[in-house]
Amino acid sequence: MSNSSSGNVGIVIVSHSSKIAEGAADMVRQMVGNAVPLAWTGGDADGGLGTNVAGILEAIEAAWSSAGVAILVDLGGAETNSEMAVEMLAEDRRARVVVCNAPVVEGAVIAATESSGGSSLAAVKRSAEEFYA
Amino acid sequence: MSLDRGAREKLVRALAASMIEHAEELTSLDQAIGDGDHGLNMKRGFEAVLATLPGLADKALPEMLKAIGMTLVMKVGGASGPLVGTFFMELGKALPEQPARTDLVAAADKAIDAVKMRGRSEAGQKTLLDVLVPVQAVFAGGGDAKAIAAEAAQAADRTTPMLATRGRASFLGERSIGHMDPGSRSASLLISAAIAALEFEATS
Repeated sequence: MSNSSSGNVGIVIVSHSSKIAEGAADMVRQMVGNAVPLAWTGGDADGGLGTNVAGILEAIEAAWSSAGVAILVDLGGAETNSEMAVEMLAEDRRARVVVCNAPVVEGAVIAATESSGGSSLAAVKRSAEEFYA
Repeated sequence: MSLDRGAREKLVRALAASMIEHAEELTSLDQAIGDGDHGLNMKRGFEAVLATLPGLADKALPEMLKAIGMTLVMKVGGASGPLVGTFFMELGKALPEQPARTDLVAAADKAIDAVKMRGRSEAGQKTLLDVLVPVQAVFAGGGDAKAIAAEAAQAADRTTPMLATRGRASFLGERSIGHMDPGSRSASLLISAAIAALEFEATS
């Protein structure tokens, strides 16, 4: 998990596999650089495959930006757990976090690229989701 | 229905015991059409719930249910954590401390709606809703404990020939047919365990 403070939209990568989450984050770092707050989480509470709400909440915190946070997820449970995590945020933060309907790796790279240019949360989400359009 | 502290603790122990005892069965169901971790996940979640006893049973029923839900959300992992956790949390939010049957029916309605929203799912898609919805219909229609438990078991069985259109099993398409939905099975087990614990309490 890594962090950098900026006014750019933060990116959180959530995968059932911590290796995929970490690897996708590595890709984002190498391709986009450090201008974007970035965090990842993967695996269940015991370190097995899965996702967990507590880990997602920590990642949102680590990637927090005043511009908001975009979450990229892989399979169904990652999405459901991410939505649950968003609902558990304090009210003033909840509206500034979105779960993107996009492929996790490509979505994370394009979302981070969009974010690094200072785009809004809505624009970051839209760019990531164009992969499914 | 009046649930004193002893009854609340008995209820929690019964729910946890059913998931721990059936962990392997649930996992093998999930290996057929999911990612093979449902039993382990539910076991982990309810072991975490058990670890909060006896303090958990000191809480009033609504607070206890909310606490169970939160622990499941945090510990289960996988989609079943938020789904089953949401059910308990919403049930807790909607119930008074000493619920009458009508309160339970109304609260279960709200909790089921919350599960539908959380999973963006309806009955008929081979998920735990295929147990929750028909069981609720029997409960709301005045069915006794025996009828409710029977419906829970039959409803889980009825997911076997269903085609999954939501959840991990939906990736398998036609191949999801012929296997019982693991989430339906765990929901059925939890309902039966709750009924057994509460009935025993009422008659002892």
